[in-house]
Amino acid sequence: MLEALRITIPHRLHDVTAQLRAGSVTAICGPNGAGKSTLLAALAGLITPVSGTATLQGQPVAQLLPEDRARRIGYLPQSGEVAWNLSVRTLAGLGRLPHRTSASENAQVVAQVLATLDLTDLADRPLATLSGGERARALLARVLTTQPHWILADEPLAALDLAHQRTLVHRFRALAQEGRGVVLVVHDLALAMNHADHVIVLDQGRVAAQGKPATALSEDVISQVWKLESRWLGEPGHMALAL
Amino acid sequence: MTRPITLLLAALVITIPLSLLVGQVWISPFSPPVPNATAILMELRLPRAVLGLILGAGLGAAGAAMQGYLRNPLADPGLFGIAPAAALGAVLSFYTGYEVQAFTLPLFALIGGGGAMGLLALIAGRAGGIALFTLAGMMIASLAGALTSLAISLSPNPFALSEIVTWLMGALADRGWHEVRLAAPLTLVGLALLWRAAPALDALALGEAAARSLGVDPTRLLWLMIAAIGLIVGSGVAVAGMIGFVGLMVPHLIRPFTDQRPSATLIPSALAGALLLLVADCLCRIMPLKGGELRLGIALSLAGAPFFLRLLLKMRRELA
Repeated sequence: MLEALRITIPHRLHDVTAQLRAGSVTAICGPNGAGKSTLLAALAGLITPVSGTATLQGQPVAQLLPEDRARRIGYLPQSGEVAWNLSVRTLAGLGRLPHRTSASENAQVVAQVLATLDLTDLADRPLATLSGGERARALLARVLTTQPHWILADEPLAALDLAHQRTLVHRFRALAQEGRGVVLVVHDLALAMNHADHVIVLDQGRVAAQGKPATALSEDVISQVWKLESRWLGEPGHMALAL
Repeated sequence: MTRPITLLLAALVITIPLSLLVGQVWISPFSPPVPNATAILMELRLPRAVLGLILGAGLGAAGAAMQGYLRNPLADPGLFGIAPAAALGAVLSFYTGYEVQAFTLPLFALIGGGGAMGLLALIAGRAGGIALFTLAGMMIASLAGALTSLAISLSPNPFALSEIVTWLMGALADRGWHEVRLAAPLTLVGLALLWRAAPALDALALGEAAARSLGVDPTRLLWLMIAAIGLIVGSGVAVAGMIGFVGLMVPHLIRPFTDQRPSATLIPSALAGALLLLVADCLCRIMPLKGGELRLGIALSLAGAPFFLRLLLKMRRELA
């Protein structure tokens, strides 16, 4: 279990407590500036709270050795920045850095991950030549080649068209079914409602609601947090938000 | 990655012996023996070639590492301000007149370079990010440059002034085994530190947050970079003066032949830097010039400035 225990980071998070379970998809939602990315970074051990702590299996994440933490928690930042025009294969290979394994083993893992993300044909293509959807999958491949037990991704579906969103959502679901913990920052509430097992709603650095999607993303919560009158339409698993 | 290394090694194997034959006195194995050929080869040309190889390798690898660290293809080892600070130390040795002793000038230069490393560590060493680090380096470079100009303007006599200006131009002329013994160990330690930093530089290609999530300790990386660049650039300036543009040009020439990871450019850049400095020094030796040979620092700047301009124009086209 990955837990945030009363995490406070001045001006960003206030007394945030949340429990995230392996084998499930957790969505972190909230308006801009609510503290979603900060919470994700704190859970990944990249920001040290002034009070409270993030723990992994009961052990403070900050106390894990950097390489050990890196092997257990994969983190995909929002920026998607890559400084050099690497090939997809080289980018994916960077995920093996925390492992001290042989080049042949690394190449095998990279090939497997590229195959699961349907990137084998693009393996030798430079990043600059990829479409937005291909690039998003290549960035995710870099996280997956680390083979972490937890995958924390900051808006991995932003700027993707519906087809690519769907492909990646299915991939995240498959990862959760493998027993991994998947934590996604998402803006699309319908996506969170239909595909997450657990939702944490943040508002001005505090937890406004958390639990099953139907509870945490109720029309009342949306009204209170986003200041929008809305109505859920459709059947569970295929719901749309009417504003 | 192995192909460029093999090609560069082959080029070095051919170039090194050839470089020993080139100079004001040409030594040909097929011509009658030249008087004092052994002394010319062993005491003048071989140490000069070895020094060129060491400094070139250091500057090439330092450039590749700096570009990786700052994630900027326009970065250069000089950005840390260590070279100007080492030059300031050396100029002060002229100014004080202590340069007459063989070890004084390099010692002053190393103190200058070491002072810059200390100052960088003090300003940006603990929690400073890359931006603060770069700004601190630029500030040190600017301060060292201004103090060097002041030292020149207050030069005690015309002879010292001429010595300072000539030395600042950078050269391998008249360098011997003494300089090799000074620069080689420091440069090799610097190169070893860069090799240790290589995986972290690769991770840094993904940005600071992603690099940290991959287990990179930014503070440790910063210290490694300060120590490595300081040793390489400081010792280089200490024995040969200011030699610019190698660290900028070489990684650019090398990168297209690698998979572009900073670690993949380190060794080829070291080899290409060694080759570039060796060839440039040979050309300086045979260039017909009144009053001596062309200074290596000037030659490389003359070649480097148009290269830099071409790079900028290429980037402008890509951005357009």
